[in-house]
Amino acid sequence: MNTKLLTIALTTLTVSTFAELSVDEIVNKANQAAYYAGQDGRAEVEMNIIDKDGGTRTRKFALLRMNTDGGNQKFYVYFKEPADLYKQVFLVWKNVEGNDSRWMWLPALNLKREIAPGDKRTSFVGSDFVYEDVSGRNLNEDTHELVETTDTQYVIKNTPKNPGDVEFSYYTVKIDKDTFLPRQAEYYDKNGKLYRTVEATKTETIQGFPTVTESVVKDLKTGGSTINKFSNIEYNIGLKENIFTERFLRRPPREVTR
Amino acid sequence: MNKIGQISLVCLILSTNVFALDTELHGFVDARAGTRTQNDPHEDDRSLTESRLQLDSLTYIGQYTVQARADFVYDDLATKRNKVDLENGDGFVDLRELNVLFTPIDIVDMKVGRQILTWGTGDLLFINDLFPKDWNSFLLGRDEEYLKAPSDAIFASLFPAIGTIDIAYTPRMDADRYVDGRRISYWNGTGLVGQNAVVDADRQDEWFQDHEIAVRFYRPLLSYEAALYAYHGFWKSPTGFDTSTGNAYFPLLNAYGGSIKGSLGKAIVNTEAGYYDSREDRSGTDPFVPNSELRVLAGYQREVAKNTTAAMQYYAEWMMDYDGYKSGVPSGTARDEVRHVLTLRLTKMMMNQNLILGLFTFYSPSDNDAYFRPNVTYKLDDHWQLTANGNLFIGEDKHTFFGQFERDSNINLGVRYSF
Repeated sequence: MNTKLLTIALTTLTVSTFAELSVDEIVNKANQAAYYAGQDGRAEVEMNIIDKDGGTRTRKFALLRMNTDGGNQKFYVYFKEPADLYKQVFLVWKNVEGNDSRWMWLPALNLKREIAPGDKRTSFVGSDFVYEDVSGRNLNEDTHELVETTDTQYVIKNTPKNPGDVEFSYYTVKIDKDTFLPRQAEYYDKNGKLYRTVEATKTETIQGFPTVTESVVKDLKTGGSTINKFSNIEYNIGLKENIFTERFLRRPPREVTR
Repeated sequence: MNKIGQISLVCLILSTNVFALDTELHGFVDARAGTRTQNDPHEDDRSLTESRLQLDSLTYIGQYTVQARADFVYDDLATKRNKVDLENGDGFVDLRELNVLFTPIDIVDMKVGRQILTWGTGDLLFINDLFPKDWNSFLLGRDEEYLKAPSDAIFASLFPAIGTIDIAYTPRMDADRYVDGRRISYWNGTGLVGQNAVVDADRQDEWFQDHEIAVRFYRPLLSYEAALYAYHGFWKSPTGFDTSTGNAYFPLLNAYGGSIKGSLGKAIVNTEAGYYDSREDRSGTDPFVPNSELRVLAGYQREVAKNTTAAMQYYAEWMMDYDGYKSGVPSGTARDEVRHVLTLRLTKMMMNQNLILGLFTFYSPSDNDAYFRPNVTYKLDDHWQLTANGNLFIGEDKHTFFGQFERDSNINLGVRYSF
């Protein structure tokens, strides 16, 4: 190999290691930290949906996730509560390049029902979280701008490329410098008014992966909020990809039923 | 031991399990009342007055999962309230599921016992799904889950690399819980009848002789799921007439078909076809046995606005040997050679998905009839749910598929507590 080229390559590498990260590198690392930790993982989730009067609805589910090729992922969500969702399964094949494939398994009917690709900003199981909060918003949907760097955090402003597709005009995300976990997102409506926040209120390092163990979303317009608590988190549990098929809708795996 | 004894035993085992084994127990209490929207000379004005307790238990014993799910019913309109018949769901117990699920070898799953079976791609339209349905529950407005009646079957799934093979073996035929006149009036070939002409069909009930075998093979095909189906058994409702006994019965049927389902852009599309080989009347000349038919459907579903989904289907039944059929029915009451049906399902979710509005419409341009199923569900909290729904039929003629049920049109209210 040409030594000159090698020298240039090495120099570039060294420079970029010491230089401030570019905004794309930051959002990429944050996306990895928030949604792709490990090759696969599991967690138990307790979701409390609290309306403005304090009325609470609770969903409990076990969640399996697996990273597949090209940044795609598969999710298996097994509901334990409330009783009318008991044993239902929500299966997602996240497709970064196109529409996600989604199915519901309805055990009383022994039926796998495919869900039409929909608006990703609709509520996830009736909570204040939207579908996109759970599976991750595609980075290509927004332009990213580093608006502030503090001692501990990067602040990124994200502006949608297709403003007509979403209810916000932009949102900001504060990302921890040490872990790259997004800690707080603030959504501004078309009039520039803050109307929604998503916050990682508790984090922990599990098997070396910085992990959000509690997150809270607040809808400032309705006064409602939803708290997600994660427990029994494990990474790299060796899931097989066939877990995310009809076979295991009919026979939920031990990883979720236990 | 009599059936009631057996049930008590099951309940006992269920309740002991809760304390001794690794068991989950859930269920609901559901009360429903409904009324006909018009007078029916052959039926009660009330369409539903009932309450039920469903207990659903799941028990893990080593590699085995045992599921037991039963409804304990008080049905004020039932005539045989104390006579439990687990086949047609009569009486105060309806055993929905009692099965064991296990994996004998790595590439095989087995579910043995009473279970709910479903396959195919239609939405409330069934071509290759020849598992038992409960049409009375469906037309009277019980929860949609009751459209599926249980099968007593061995269900095996095989997972070779080329795809998945499902085999359902029902050693003794499980018929539909068909419209028999007790609760729903119907067209009997010459007029509208109900409780004055209850059908009590002869059941083919020889174990391992009057059996049903249903097979499905499915696999991914590009980004779609493709499936092939075969069925060997019986017409599921008593569409045959035995002239020697003067009674209705279930004629022999084979069926073969295929389907494809998947997403196309922002929509889910599906298509399915099946050929019904009416084995006792392949020439189509016997007026007492239904003719063979080709059935097809195509569906399209998409989100039309935030929280609003629309799904459309086209469905057709094409009767083979139509001339033979036509000469065997009273003039003016023959169906068309091809019966066309269009369906539209609209679903809107509101108030954080706690209020769900739905309308399912069947419309047949060839029969000039229609069936509307409006439904409103409101979840008050994690336990309580209110439901209102309707089953409204209109038709130009009394003898058509939906038109015959015009006087069965009903509306009802339900309340459910889930735990």
